Amino acid sequence: MGSFDEFDLATRMFLRAWRWRRIDPVPWTVPRRPVARARLALVSTAGFVAPGQPGFDEKVRGGDPSWRVIPAGVDPRSLREFHRSESFDHSGLAADPNLGFPLDRLREMAAAGVIGEVAPRHLSFMGSITAPGRLVRDSAPGAARLLVEDQVDLALLVPV
Amino acid sequence: MSLVAAELERRGIATVAIVLLREVAEKVRPPRALWVPFRHGYPLGCPDDPALQRSVLEAALALFERPETDAPLIVDFGSESP
Repeated sequence: MGSFDEFDLATRMFLRAWRWRRIDPVPWTVPRRPVARARLALVSTAGFVAPGQPGFDEKVRGGDPSWRVIPAGVDPRSLREFHRSESFDHSGLAADPNLGFPLDRLREMAAAGVIGEVAPRHLSFMGSITAPGRLVRDSAPGAARLLVEDQVDLALLVPV
Repeated sequence: MSLVAAELERRGIATVAIVLLREVAEKVRPPRALWVPFRHGYPLGCPDDPALQRSVLEAALALFERPETDAPLIVDFGSESP
């Protein structure tokens, strides 16, 4: 299961000592409509890019804060994962990107009436950002504006 | 990821974050979180297992029905009946 014990000693020590940013106050939006009528977007931190998009840059100090727009019509099997971490097994995501970007599952759930509809655009970040200043200041607000523009009701964030 | 969730919430989009490290979620405090007992690289369980992936997604979606009084909310996958 997901735990610090999955990582090597240096990573464990880093994670335990890291001063995690505490969200306070915790914002809370009451969904505008029931899930079965809502428009839902995915937000992944696996560093996925769609065909033709540039990869994430692992050389950016503190982590690459950029983000990619993943169009709803993309075949999940065509997504490439650019997460820089060597601390986890990437083979599952390579075999089935739905494991971290479950677009096929959302389409099935929309067809079954579990959710209202799949949003037209989804977001991809690369996690493990150790210096999140630019992410908080620029990337997250820009990405949020895009989902607001698309009248998204709900967002599901999937880690890696 | 939780920092992005917070920004979305502030802009009027409700969020659920699937999380792999419960103790990190407890520290960072995304509004709604579903902790899953899977290792890193496998956030929805197993590749090519649509039933399990769907089950995780349904558990995550159920958190949208929870009241604001529960914030910040962390629920363990499998701990509640669908």
